[in-house]
Amino acid sequence: MSEPLLKVAKLTKEFPLKGGLFGGHTASVHAVDGVDFHVDRGETLGLVGESGCGKSTTGRCVLRLIEPSSGEIHFDGKDVRSLKADDLRILRRDIQIIFQDPYASLNPRMNVGAIVGEALIIHQLTKTKQQFEERVVDLLETVGLRADHMGRYPNEFSGGQRQRIGIARALAVEPKLIICDEPVSALDVSIQAQVINLLEDLQEKFGLAYLFIAHDLAVVEHISKRIAVMYLGRIVEMASAHELYASPRHPYTEALLSAVPIPDPKVKRQRVRLSGEVPNPISPPTGCHFHTRCPIAQFPLCKSEAPPLKQSADGHWVACHFR
Amino acid sequence: MAVASIAILTLLTAAVLFGPLIWRMPINEIDFTARLSPPSWEHPFGTDDLGQDLLARMLYGGRISLAVGFAAMAVAIIVGVLIGAISGISRGSVDAALMWITDLFLALPQLPLLLLVIYLFRDFLKNWVGAEGGVFILIVLVIGAFRWMPVARLVRAQFLSLREKEFVEAARALGATTPRLVIRHILPNSLGPVIVAGTIDVAAAIIAESTLSFLGLGFPPDIPTWGRLLFDAKDYLDIAPHWALFAGAAIFLTVLTINFIGDGLRDALDPRRVM
Ligand SMILES: Nc1ncnc2c1ncn2[C@@H]1O[C@H](COP(=O)(O)OP(=O)(O)O)[C@@H](O)[C@H]1O
Ligand code: SF4
Ligand SMILES: [Mg+2]
Repeated sequence: MSEPLLKVAKLTKEFPLKGGLFGGHTASVHAVDGVDFHVDRGETLGLVGESGCGKSTTGRCVLRLIEPSSGEIHFDGKDVRSLKADDLRILRRDIQIIFQDPYASLNPRMNVGAIVGEALIIHQLTKTKQQFEERVVDLLETVGLRADHMGRYPNEFSGGQRQRIGIARALAVEPKLIICDEPVSALDVSIQAQVINLLEDLQEKFGLAYLFIAHDLAVVEHISKRIAVMYLGRIVEMASAHELYASPRHPYTEALLSAVPIPDPKVKRQRVRLSGEVPNPISPPTGCHFHTRCPIAQFPLCKSEAPPLKQSADGHWVACHFR
Repeated sequence: MAVASIAILTLLTAAVLFGPLIWRMPINEIDFTARLSPPSWEHPFGTDDLGQDLLARMLYGGRISLAVGFAAMAVAIIVGVLIGAISGISRGSVDAALMWITDLFLALPQLPLLLLVIYLFRDFLKNWVGAEGGVFILIVLVIGAFRWMPVARLVRAQFLSLREKEFVEAARALGATTPRLVIRHILPNSLGPVIVAGTIDVAAAIIAESTLSFLGLGFPPDIPTWGRLLFDAKDYLDIAPHWALFAGAAIFLTVLTINFIGDGLRDALDPRRVM
């Protein structure tokens, strides 16, 4: 087996909370709490979990848009965490990101040509103005937009088109990995499928790897080869997409899956309802983070000891004392 | 409203710029036979206590009043944007120090200090660049120096919110350097409210110049800025009200139209309209 493209180990990120009378920090949010995963070349890893469980923070830490608190990140043989500013800029030609909000992610005062072509200028990828324009047109056409969109501004486009602009911007540097941070969550259902199809086509065409973040399992099912499920900053289950759907192990995954509608009415799935709210990440539950809502929790074990993420069957990882 | 204001202000500006070329009456021709005469065909705005033509004086003085207003605005905006931008992009001690200075300036009693500074430096500048230029520089700098703080706070607040925006993050992810982030992404999106605040500074500077002239601390007495005209006219309000009327109306119109233009700009630059 060759080295994976991206390997993340024991990644943690704590956000200090400014507060208190004198601005000293009194507490912190454990947004990411010891996460391990890898992404192979050209593959898609889905990262799923409820809103606020630390998915975006994980994705941004990989690019060091957010500085991780601790842990290791290796990309293509490079130790990402030790890179200095100049090398980090070079790394960012290999890893790109697509954002959730198609409105906030495009500069309203730049036209589409300037947005898509910005990386070409930053990394001096084209020499002449003519080359620049040819490349931008090429990128726009790759994502299903037209050459005459170049001179227009973001406010003239729909959400789906804006997401395409964001994708073209990411493609400009010919990255090897794209972090897709809920790229379709803000779009209409009919447009979601178009954008996902586009992402699949691009993956095939350019051999891209994706870290595909979503808050529900239905979205990642088709695009992902493997899926990791996150709960309150930790990965609780990771398996091939097929395995995860066919035989989920972790009670949290079961609960998430039971919320996904099944097209085949003959297949019956037991509905598992989660009781209670997502706990506050400032003071997460002790032991297994899930014990406050877990239908099969046993005490005191689940409350006192955090279950490690262990490989149970081949390639199927679960973090639960009883599965 | 804003469009009408722009028309009126343009007219005013054009009048003071080109008016003296058309209305060729000298500003300092003393004619005791026509003292304090009310508006007439010969003197459309009337004359003052020395029989000098007020229209000519207003047109000439308006140049200085408007120049002071716009130059002071430029100073306030440049200083404010610089301080606000540096403060908003750097974290920690630099930010804290700059905001401390801003608060300090905000807390200073402005008028007494203004008077003190002018009193102390007027003679020095007078020897250096001449009476007129010296006072001009002094007034512009002093008014600018007392008006940059709101701009700085505004720009800092804009920077703090904009630098967390996803399009800024996207540019960082593309490998953009901090200067590029500021110049291409953050600054252009933060200038809307600054321009609005700037229009108000023009008005404030014109009023401040008038106040100084009114207190006898502005330009030399022979330079008829609008404020100086008001100052000279105050003793004759009962027998020659036209004298104060036109200068007062000019200041009033300028300030009012500029404020309306500011309001109009705020609506036009509202990002909700853009996005
Ligand atoms: N810059 C930040 N400062 C403080 N807390 C943050 C910051 N960014 C995210 N968080 C917190 O970290 C947790 C994880 O956030 P996030 O990674 O955005 O979750 P997700 O993308 O899964 O919805 C949340 O509780 C959120 O409030
Ligand atoms: S470790 Fe305990 S609380 Fe956590 S998922 Fe398993 S059974 Fe539930
Ligand atoms: Mg998120």
